[in-house]
Amino acid sequence: MTAATASSAPTWTSMTRSRLVVELKEFLRSREQMVFIFFFPMMLLLLFGSVFGGQEIADGVSFAQYFLPGMVASGILNTGFQSLAMSIAIDRDEDVLKRVHATPLPATSFFAAKVAQVLIVSVVQIAALVAIGVAMYDASLPSGSGWWTFTWVFLLGTAASTTLGIAMSSLLRNAKAGSAIITPIVLFLQFTSGVFLVYTQIPTFLQHVAAVFPLKWLAQGMRSVFLPESFEAAEASGSWQHPATAIVLTLWVIAGLVLAVRTFRWTRHDDN
Amino acid sequence: MLARLDPMSEPAIRIEGLHKHYGDLHAVDGLDLEIPHGEVFALLGPNGAGKSTTVEILEGFRKRTAGEVTVLGVDPHHAGKGWRGRLGIMLQGTSEHGALTARESLHYAASLYSDPRDVDATLEAVGLAEKAGAKPATLSGGQRRRLDVALAVIGRPELVFLDEPTTGFDPEARRQFWTLIESLREDGTTILLTTHYLDEADHLADRIGIIAAGRMVALDTPVGLRSRAADARVSWVEGGTARTVETATPSALLRELLARTDGEVEGLEVVHPSLEDVYLQLIDDASRGHAETEEAVA
Repeated sequence: MTAATASSAPTWTSMTRSRLVVELKEFLRSREQMVFIFFFPMMLLLLFGSVFGGQEIADGVSFAQYFLPGMVASGILNTGFQSLAMSIAIDRDEDVLKRVHATPLPATSFFAAKVAQVLIVSVVQIAALVAIGVAMYDASLPSGSGWWTFTWVFLLGTAASTTLGIAMSSLLRNAKAGSAIITPIVLFLQFTSGVFLVYTQIPTFLQHVAAVFPLKWLAQGMRSVFLPESFEAAEASGSWQHPATAIVLTLWVIAGLVLAVRTFRWTRHDDN
Repeated sequence: MLARLDPMSEPAIRIEGLHKHYGDLHAVDGLDLEIPHGEVFALLGPNGAGKSTTVEILEGFRKRTAGEVTVLGVDPHHAGKGWRGRLGIMLQGTSEHGALTARESLHYAASLYSDPRDVDATLEAVGLAEKAGAKPATLSGGQRRRLDVALAVIGRPELVFLDEPTTGFDPEARRQFWTLIESLREDGTTILLTTHYLDEADHLADRIGIIAAGRMVALDTPVGLRSRAADARVSWVEGGTARTVETATPSALLRELLARTDGEVEGLEVVHPSLEDVYLQLIDDASRGHAETEEAVA
């Protein structure tokens, strides 16, 4: 018991790095996370792509091509919001968070590692989705300014999803019931935000409802990256609405951050 | 011990007038306690007595209603991560959740402390060397508790909290755990453990605090506690009726009993009180709300 290992004082960076390794292992080794969060958008892309793929929804844009940015957006929501909300709620229920809090790991390291894990998983997921889109559905990679748009839409979308996911975890008082609460929310957003259905084809009042939430803007932003410029005219507003996208997503990031910080707790709700 | 940050005059744990109320329930109701550095202290009491509430206040997980608390010279409610680095905490209860193997968990935990113990040596010490590659779901309840112990001590803490550490252990695992605690004590580690097992407290602790209804009803060394119940219990059968007398002078009672009985005394038994008897008596007294109950049980 007394044998010491050669070591130096841990730094914020070294602790965050070792926590990130833990988070990645937890994600990669969880069958639920890998199937329902990581592979699900790819399975849906292949399924919808093969069923409706050939239908043209606008000049030179097939449904499969329209579906790709929707799945990219939806993947960001799954990995940030759904996966984090569920995993943090379960970790709280199982006293995993309490154990984390009992160690010298700074809270900022803990959250930085969570965010880094979401970013890494999302990037790999999006790369796989785009590879499928390019290989099977004639999707084209963004060019030039498209990458810049992709980067800021991706980062704002991930930031909004992650902060809202952390906030949501506090609302799930019973983690086991979590997916029963989260899945309908995510499904509703996917159907109304231009992911499963073409946004302009759903009733206007549902479009207005969806426009309150981040997914609609995230999906539209990704369409501006992956669809030809000519499709801009086919959007509901006739525009990609980049400034509005940036504003709405930023507001959600702020709302998510405030909610997450105000509601987060390391211990169970019945544990005080 | 000499390199520790605290002046030695400051105890590892100091509690003065601690109260924790949940509405009308006074879970902790005026507790005072000092635990010096290097002591192994056992907190005993029935379920709901306030043991875990007290420990969780000391660990900085719960707010207190009133009173002063310092742990390693710091108020746990306002303590930072530097303070956490000097503590080892084993929570009550364990979890099957988690995708890391025992060794991976310990490697990760070790990376958070500046002078951690060796991972393999610690696995060995808690008897999990052969299960190093197993995940929590494939460990037994007792093995998960041993992993929790390992995680609590991996950072070479000055002070370790062990909340019902050996619940679910088989006798051999419990003995092995005791050896581990003794080796921690030799390193000068201060240990506060809660337990339901009197033999464990008796074996390990320098001092035992017995807590009932949120109050300390006894605070003594194991030897001191045992000596509290001076009365031996003499029982026999006389005229077809079982009789039991508690007396400080059992020999005198026996002389008198033998003098008036021909031949064998039926069912004769002289029992000296165990720590358990003392404990049960103290808990019983506390629940009746008075300190002296010295009646013979017929």
